Amino acid sequence: MQAVVQEIVGQMGNEKAPLLQVLLAVQDASPRNYVSEEAVRAIARSMRVSRCRVYSTASFYTEISLKPRGRHLIRICGNAPCENAGRAAIMDAIQKELGIKAGEITADGLISLEKVSCLGACYKSPAIKVDHQIYGNLTPEEAVAIIRSLREEFSNEHNGSPVGI
Amino acid sequence: MSTVEITINKKTVRVPENITIMAAAKLNGISLPSLCHHPDQKVKANCRVCAVEVEGSKNLVASCSTMVSEGMKITTNSPRVRETVRTIVELILADHPQECLTCIRSGECELRQLAFKLGMKEVQGVKTVKRLPLDLSTPSLVRDPNKCIKCGRCAEVCHHVQEVGILYSHNRGLDIGVTPEYGKELKDVACVLCGQCVLACPVGAIYEKDDTDKVWEALGNPDKHVVVQVAPSVRVSIAEEFDQPSGSIATSKLVSALRLLGFDRVFDTDFAADLTIMEEGHELLQRLQTGGVLPLITSCSPGWIKYIEHFYPELLPHVSSCKSPQQMFGAMAKSYYAQISGIDPKDIFVVSVMPCTAKKYEAARPEMKDSGYRDVDAVLTTRELGRMFKHEGIDFNSLEDGEFDSPLGISTGAAAIFGVTGGVMEAALRTVYEVVTGQTLEKLEFTGVRGMAGVKASSVNLGGTEVKVAVAHGLAHAKQIMEAIAAGEADYTFIEVMCCPGGCIGGGGQPYGTTNAVREKRIQGLYEVDQKAELRKSHENPAIQKLYEDYLQAPLSPVSHKLLHTTYTNRCQHELQ
Amino acid sequence: MSITDRQLVFNVEGREYVDLDLYRSRGGYEALEKVLAWDPRQAVHMLKEAGLKGRGGASFPTGLKIEMVRNNREKERYIIINADEGEPGTFKDRYIMTHLPFQLLEGVTIAAYLAGISQGILYVRHEYDEPRSVMRDSIAQAQAAGLLGDDILGSGFNLHIELFSGAGSYLCGEETALLSSIEGRKGRPQVKPPYPTQQGLWGKPTLINNVETLSNIPKIIEKGALWYRNLGTNDSPGTKLISLSGDIQFRGLVEVPFGTSFRDIVYKYGGGPKPGRKVKAVNIGGASGVLVPEEMLDVPLEYGACSRAGITIGSGAVFVLDDTRSILDNVSNRINFFLHESCGKCTPCREGLRQAQIIMEKLLEGRAVMKDVENLERYTRVMQNASFCGLGQAAGNSVISSLHYYDQEYRGQCVDGDCLYGEESA
Repeated sequence: MQAVVQEIVGQMGNEKAPLLQVLLAVQDASPRNYVSEEAVRAIARSMRVSRCRVYSTASFYTEISLKPRGRHLIRICGNAPCENAGRAAIMDAIQKELGIKAGEITADGLISLEKVSCLGACYKSPAIKVDHQIYGNLTPEEAVAIIRSLREEFSNEHNGSPVGI
Repeated sequence: MSTVEITINKKTVRVPENITIMAAAKLNGISLPSLCHHPDQKVKANCRVCAVEVEGSKNLVASCSTMVSEGMKITTNSPRVRETVRTIVELILADHPQECLTCIRSGECELRQLAFKLGMKEVQGVKTVKRLPLDLSTPSLVRDPNKCIKCGRCAEVCHHVQEVGILYSHNRGLDIGVTPEYGKELKDVACVLCGQCVLACPVGAIYEKDDTDKVWEALGNPDKHVVVQVAPSVRVSIAEEFDQPSGSIATSKLVSALRLLGFDRVFDTDFAADLTIMEEGHELLQRLQTGGVLPLITSCSPGWIKYIEHFYPELLPHVSSCKSPQQMFGAMAKSYYAQISGIDPKDIFVVSVMPCTAKKYEAARPEMKDSGYRDVDAVLTTRELGRMFKHEGIDFNSLEDGEFDSPLGISTGAAAIFGVTGGVMEAALRTVYEVVTGQTLEKLEFTGVRGMAGVKASSVNLGGTEVKVAVAHGLAHAKQIMEAIAAGEADYTFIEVMCCPGGCIGGGGQPYGTTNAVREKRIQGLYEVDQKAELRKSHENPAIQKLYEDYLQAPLSPVSHKLLHTTYTNRCQHELQ
Repeated sequence: MSITDRQLVFNVEGREYVDLDLYRSRGGYEALEKVLAWDPRQAVHMLKEAGLKGRGGASFPTGLKIEMVRNNREKERYIIINADEGEPGTFKDRYIMTHLPFQLLEGVTIAAYLAGISQGILYVRHEYDEPRSVMRDSIAQAQAAGLLGDDILGSGFNLHIELFSGAGSYLCGEETALLSSIEGRKGRPQVKPPYPTQQGLWGKPTLINNVETLSNIPKIIEKGALWYRNLGTNDSPGTKLISLSGDIQFRGLVEVPFGTSFRDIVYKYGGGPKPGRKVKAVNIGGASGVLVPEEMLDVPLEYGACSRAGITIGSGAVFVLDDTRSILDNVSNRINFFLHESCGKCTPCREGLRQAQIIMEKLLEGRAVMKDVENLERYTRVMQNASFCGLGQAAGNSVISSLHYYDQEYRGQCVDGDCLYGEESA
C-alpha cells in the first residue's frame, strides 16, 4: 500500500500534493472503491501530515468512502426534480433487483447503492449514475435492465466466478 | 492608537480600531455571550451565540469575528438579537444531555452559565441526544462525545498549541464529531494525555479521570499510612478554586487543608525536585565528562515523555534517565521514608497532587515500581483536590497556616520554580555551576530562560566553558527543537522541555480558566516563592544532603540508579505531523 | 424552437458541441487576441461598463473583482474557475463545459490576463465525469494550439490551468470552502475578511469566478459593452442561462435576456405545464431559492426587481411544480438536502436543520401541531439571521417562502390547524 500511495503522492508533488486529489486517486486505484485505513496511514506518512487530518478530510466528502464498496457504484439522484420525476419508484426497483438498501453492498461485493444529493442532470430526471455514466429519463424497468447488463458483463468477463468480498 | 467612532445601542463611543465588536462591547460594559471564543485562540465564529445587529447588514453578524469600523451602528439588545441568541442556545440544549447536576463540569460549565444568564426556561426543540459510549481507555482522561458542542477549542489546542493532532473534527453535518481518526479511543492513538483539551473545553465533554474515590478510600482505611505530595505549581493555583486571584501563593493554607482531609503526612514534591536536580545535574556532568549523548533533555514532564516516545523515539538517548520528581518522591517514600519511619512500605499509600493529567498515566506506567511497590498510588489534579476540599466543607481561605512535615517536606526555592517554564533549567544551572566551578553563584536568576517565549535559547559560562542551553514549553515548540536536533542543527548542551504552555503552572490538571494571562500570574507567584525562600539551591537542601549520607550514598550511585532512574519505550507508530 | 432571433452570448439552442476549429471559425479567440494588444485597464473598464455580474449566485461585479486582484501588490496570484455546480436543478455549467469548453477557456484566459494571473485551477465537482473529461481534453488542445500555457499567442503572457476534482460537497461552491478544499482540508467556510481577492489560495490574491460568468467575457470584448447592455436591462445587462426542470413541457437549458418575465420563462421557453395541469409553484434559484405561486410570475428576471419581490435568482434554476404536487414534499426534500450538505460547523445551520427535519417529518405524517410550525419558522429565521455562511442563511428560504404563500398546506397537516385539507391528512 505504501508503495502505491507513494507513487501517487510522488506524481502529484510529494508534500505539496493536493490531499483531496491524492485521496481520489488512491480510491480509484482500489478495486473496492475506497480509501483503507492502511491507505490513510500511508498518505499521512508520504505527505508528512497527521493521520487525523487525512482522515478528517476524507470523512468530509461524500464521494470518498472510508469503507469498502462494491466494484460498481450505482448512485441515485435525490434532488427535488428527480424526486418529482419518480425517483422513489426507481429506487424501489433497484433495491428489489439488488436485494439491498441504499448505503449497502450486494453480497457478492459487485454493486454498491448510494443516494447522492444532485447529479446535475435534472433535464433528464429521474437520473442515476452507474460508475461514470449517467442514465436519465429512466423508468424502473430500464433501471433494472441496466443493472442486469452490468451483472452480465461482469459474469462474462469473469466466467461466472463469484466476486468475493 | 487610532480610534473609530461607533454606536452601540444608540450610544456613540470611540473605541480602538482593529478590535472586534465583542471587544468593543466589553470596553463599554457589555459582555456578549460566547462559547467557541477563547482568549488564546483564533476566532472560530461557529457557535454564533454572540450574534448582534449591524446597521446595513441584512443578517446578524458574529461579534467575535467582525471588526468595528468607522460609523458602525451596533445593536445588541433588540428583540431580534434576543430571539436569535436564545434560540441558538435552545438548539444547543436540545442536543445536549441535561445532566448538569451530576456533570463534573457543572458549576463551571460555560454552557450552563450561559443558559442560566439567559434565563432559559424551556427547550422546545426535540431532544436529539444520542448515547455514544464514553472513552475511558486511559488513566488520565475521559471523553464524553455526547456533551460535545463542536466548538473546536480542543482540536485547536491539540493541533496548533501542542501539534499532537489527535483530536480533530470529522465527518459533516449531524455526523460531525471531534475525535481521533476513525473515532478511536485515546489509548490507541498518539495522545500524550496532556489535558490541554480539558482546559480548552467549555463544557464537560473531556475531563480528567476522577481518582478522588481512590483517595477517600485510602484515607478511610486505618491500615494505610497515607502520605501526600504536592507539586510546586499547585501552591500558586489551588486558591483559584476558592475565588482568590490567579497566582496567589497558598502553600501554608494548602498544607493545613490537606491535614484536614486526614493525610498522615503532608509532604512536598519540591523535596523530590531538589533530588531530581542532584541526579540530573550529575547526569549532565557525567555526560559532559565521558562524552555521552548530548544535548541532554529533561524528563520531568510525562506528557513530553510520551510525546517523544511516540514522535521522536530515535532521540530517546538524549532524554535524562531521571524519573520525574513525582516518581522519585514515590520511590523514596516507599524505601527511605519507610525505613526511617519504621512503616512497612506495603502499608504506605502515596497520593500526589499534580497540575497534570499525564501524571496519572505516568504513575501507572508498569516500570514505576522499582522499590518493589508502586511509586505512586493515586494522582489527583488540582481540580480534584479542590473538589475534595469543597466536599469536606473546608473553608480554605480562612485556614491557619501550616507547615510541611519533615523530612520529605523540606525544599528550596530552586525546586519551587520547577513549576514554570525554564525553572528546571535554572535550578539545574544553580547547582551545576557551583559543583563545576566550586564557586558561589552571585546572581541566582537566569533571566535568559524565563518568560513565555516558546523557545528560549541562552548560554552560561561554566568555569570558562560557554554552555548553550535551550528551553521549550508547549509541544509545538518542543517539536521545533526536536527537528533541529534531528537535523543536526542544535548545538545545545542541555535542553528543558515542558509539555504544557508556561510549564506545569499551565498544566492540564489546573483550575478551569487557565489562560495565558492566568499563566503569567502563576509564574510570578512561583518566582516569588523562590525569591522568599531561605535556601534557593537544591544541593543546599539539608534533607537531601542527609538522604544521600544515610541512604543513597551519592548521586548516580547504584541505589540511585535502581530507585530514581528509569527507561523509555519506543511508541512510534509512524506518527508524523 | 426559436424564441428570439437575436444573437446572444451562448446561443444554446443548437445544443451542439463546439470544438476548437468550429469555435475559431466563428470568431473564437479573436477577443483574446484583441485584449492582448490592449492596455488591460481598457478591457477591465469595458467589463465594468458592460455591467457583468457574477452568475454563481452572489452577483458581484466581475470587472471590479478583476481589478481588486489586479491592484494587489502581491504578484503570486491565482484564478479559480468555480465549476462546483451543485445547486439542485442547475446544469448550466455542465452544459458550457461539455458544449462550449473553448468559450469558457477563452474567458478564463482573458480574465487571468486582465488580473495579471498566470496560474489557474478549474475546480469541477466530482459528479461531473463528462464535463471533466471534455475540459481535460480542451485544456490540452488549447495548450497545443498556443492558446494556453507559455507565451500565449506570442504575447509573452503565460497561463497554466490545472484540473481539480471536487469530492462530493455542495458547500465547496462557496468561495472560502472551495479554497479549503483545494488546500486539502474539509470544505468548510472560513471567516471573511480577508476576502479571496485579498488572501485566497495559499494566502495569495485569488480571482474566483463561476463558469458562466467567465464565459460571458469573450462576447463582451468581441461585441462591446453597449451590445451587452442592450441584451438585458439597465439594472441587469446581458443574459442568464436558465436551467428548466420539473412539470414543464420543455426541460433543459435556455438562454434568457435579463428583463424577461418568469411567466415567459415558464410558458414560452418552457412551454408551460403539461396538458391539463396548472402551475402550482415555481422554485427559483434551486434548493436555496424560494417557492413562488403562479401569480408572482410576472416579476422580471432582473436582480433589482427580484430582490424587491423576495426572489433570489441564484444559479438560475427554474423548477416547476404543477397542481398535483405537495409543497411540503418539496420543502422536506430540500431540508434533507441541506442537512446532508451542511458542514456542521455552526450551530444554527447544523442544529436548526436537524430540528427542521424533525418537524417536516411530523408535518408529512400529520402529527404536527401549530406550535411546531411556529418553531419551524423561528428556527429557519434564526438560521437565516445567524448562520456562518450562505448555505445556512439560505437553507430556510423554502420554509420561509412557502409559509408565506402556502401556509394553508402547513395548517392542513397540523392536528390543531384550521383544516382546509384536514380530511386528506386525517
